[in-house]
Amino acid sequence: MPDRPPSGKLKIFLGYAAGVGKTYQMLEEAQEARRQGIDVVIGYFEPHGRKDTIAKTEGMEVIPRRKIDYRGGLFEEMDTDAILRRHPQFCVVDEFPHTNVPGSDRLKRWQDVQALLEAGIDVVTTMNIQHLESLNDQIWNITGIRVRETIPDWVMQQADQVVMVDLTPRALLNRLARGVVYSQEKAQKALENFFQESTLVVLRELALRQTAHEVEIRQVDYDAPGFQPEPGYHDEAEQPSDKRDRILILVTPEPATAMLIRRGKRVADYLHADCFAVAISREIDLHDMPARDREIVEQHLNFARNLHIETRVLQGQDVAKTLVEFAHLNGVTHLFLARPHPNQWPALSRRSLVQQVVHLARDMQVTIAADRSNRQQSQAV
Amino acid sequence: MPSAIRRRSPEELLQQIQAEEDYERRGRLKVFLGYASGVGKSFRMLDEGRRRSERGQNVVVGAIQPKTTPEIEAVLSKLEVIPLRDVGGVLVMDTQAILKRHPGVCLVDGLAYDNPPGSAHASRWEDVNELLDAGISVITSINIQYIDDLRERVQQITGKTVTQTVPRSFLNSADEIVVVDAPPEMCIARDGQMGAGSSSPEQKLSELREIALLLAADVVDKQLEAYLHRNGIPQTFGAQERILVCITPRANAAPMIASGKRNADRFHGDLTVAYVRQAEISAQDQEALERNLSIARSAQARIEILDGQDPIETLLKFAHEHGVTQIFVGHSTREQWWERFTGTPLDRLIRGANDIDVRVFPH
Repeated sequence: MPDRPPSGKLKIFLGYAAGVGKTYQMLEEAQEARRQGIDVVIGYFEPHGRKDTIAKTEGMEVIPRRKIDYRGGLFEEMDTDAILRRHPQFCVVDEFPHTNVPGSDRLKRWQDVQALLEAGIDVVTTMNIQHLESLNDQIWNITGIRVRETIPDWVMQQADQVVMVDLTPRALLNRLARGVVYSQEKAQKALENFFQESTLVVLRELALRQTAHEVEIRQVDYDAPGFQPEPGYHDEAEQPSDKRDRILILVTPEPATAMLIRRGKRVADYLHADCFAVAISREIDLHDMPARDREIVEQHLNFARNLHIETRVLQGQDVAKTLVEFAHLNGVTHLFLARPHPNQWPALSRRSLVQQVVHLARDMQVTIAADRSNRQQSQAV
Repeated sequence: MPSAIRRRSPEELLQQIQAEEDYERRGRLKVFLGYASGVGKSFRMLDEGRRRSERGQNVVVGAIQPKTTPEIEAVLSKLEVIPLRDVGGVLVMDTQAILKRHPGVCLVDGLAYDNPPGSAHASRWEDVNELLDAGISVITSINIQYIDDLRERVQQITGKTVTQTVPRSFLNSADEIVVVDAPPEMCIARDGQMGAGSSSPEQKLSELREIALLLAADVVDKQLEAYLHRNGIPQTFGAQERILVCITPRANAAPMIASGKRNADRFHGDLTVAYVRQAEISAQDQEALERNLSIARSAQARIEILDGQDPIETLLKFAHEHGVTQIFVGHSTREQWWERFTGTPLDRLIRGANDIDVRVFPH
């Protein structure tokens, strides 16, 4: 992590749906800390009318929420400044991925939490797996829902501990049916999308695997080299497998680029690889592009930077050549390209960008990332 | 690619009905899985029993470990307990008494316990199996060190040897599995048993914790498969990365398989190496193919030899049917002249893969 590590410790209770017991377990931890004489406050807590959970807040100091007037409505947000002034040792913050109402000091609650951590306050918080940025397309694919409130993966990586709050889907569905999680009306709606059993099973598996990954990357020997083919088979392999992977993502105005960036970053994180993204234009600073395209490319580059991917704009007449030259100069092992748009398959006798890149990038791997939005409608060959 | 329900053959329908009937008759098995003692498995199990009992279910305690905490005693006092039987100084779960009492739900701690010689079953998990067969649902708890195919790995970490085990297949048959996850510092505080070996207790517990989480993920994956099968839904998506490395006799397979293995390991995913059979290959190519397949075997990949007229179509069909998320292919940069007009096989593969990453290894 290039950033200065925050001084407070962050613990995330990770679940896979509302009602698995994240908030309950977080509060239990807070009560335990209090029993040990630690100075604990509740910075933000969402009771959802759940009796057992509310009972767990007993005796704890609550920092009143801040009221924000927005378009005639009154909204309540965590009062980060008040918590900073109060400066407890330990702060409870529910619903980590929450987006603050406009007019708040920070866009996202996770940014509020960063401020608390930087001030040396330990934080416990809760989130569901569907809010992890790099899984956004997979979640869309599985549930049909585009989750808007996301946590960048590096934020989760910075956490000191990620703990899985597990409950089986059947038990969760029973709780939902008994009205423990939501009111009847809301429960009915929930049952129609996220809360189908097969969907819950997949989300749960994703959460288990992510927690295992978070546990693994916190172990000391994570960078040990992996499988090596037996000697003798290695004669033509230019690339020893313990060489550090470097992934380079090509950013274009294509809408699929956001998907490409998430996927490239996720693969980079799992391989513990460096990750860069570049956009290429004929003139300096994308000036040859139509204004609309330039704006979209800027947005994509910005999105990549938010995920802690280093970005660059390259100048070059030939996209494939410029990309591969840059890759060679920077020791890149692996290129990521978006799938060509269906009506952009090359006309006869013109090579596609993929073809050109593969032709030039002899010593690299080239991944053409899937379009995860339409898993159900694969084209015939 | 089918999206939901496809037409099934009579055999498939019969199979499905059989699966449904078997499923309906048996009791349900629920397992609380922990990665070390002290994470609170037994308590979670008993507490669930208490809550079910308060909701009116017919719950008994079939077996509990001798060493208990005040926390556990408090829950136990609210439940009906079938006493253990003393067989020559060894305390054994009284399976016959439980069968006679025939509760709706039976709580069984310490699933891996061995029974003394002369018992009807050698191990407690087999007793549990009998209860399930009789239609009694069982909630139980187990530590990962007692699961047969994990025993050696766990031993290497903890330095402790165990002899009692539960087969993985029994665990896979559970209807529900719950990980009792807790940060390692909790177990160190309560336990302090991680003596042997060179690495720190935190490191060891962290490794055990990872094993438990991945085990649960794998069991969940199996359950999903079973669920989809029971409901006649072909698997179209999953949470697990599945990598398919496509090889030919002349492919430079070593770097592809090495990379496939590394990626599969890092994602804790699944690795398959596939070859589409070609008619009449030369002795030299056959030899090269064997060499490539033996690399695949040494990487512990699953090997699939596929038959089909068109290799690209065959690979795509296999990939879609098996929920593959990444296809690895080699690609010769020497282009044939006609491919300028027909599109290269790589173009066709990418176009057809659509919802699968295609990773190209140029050579």
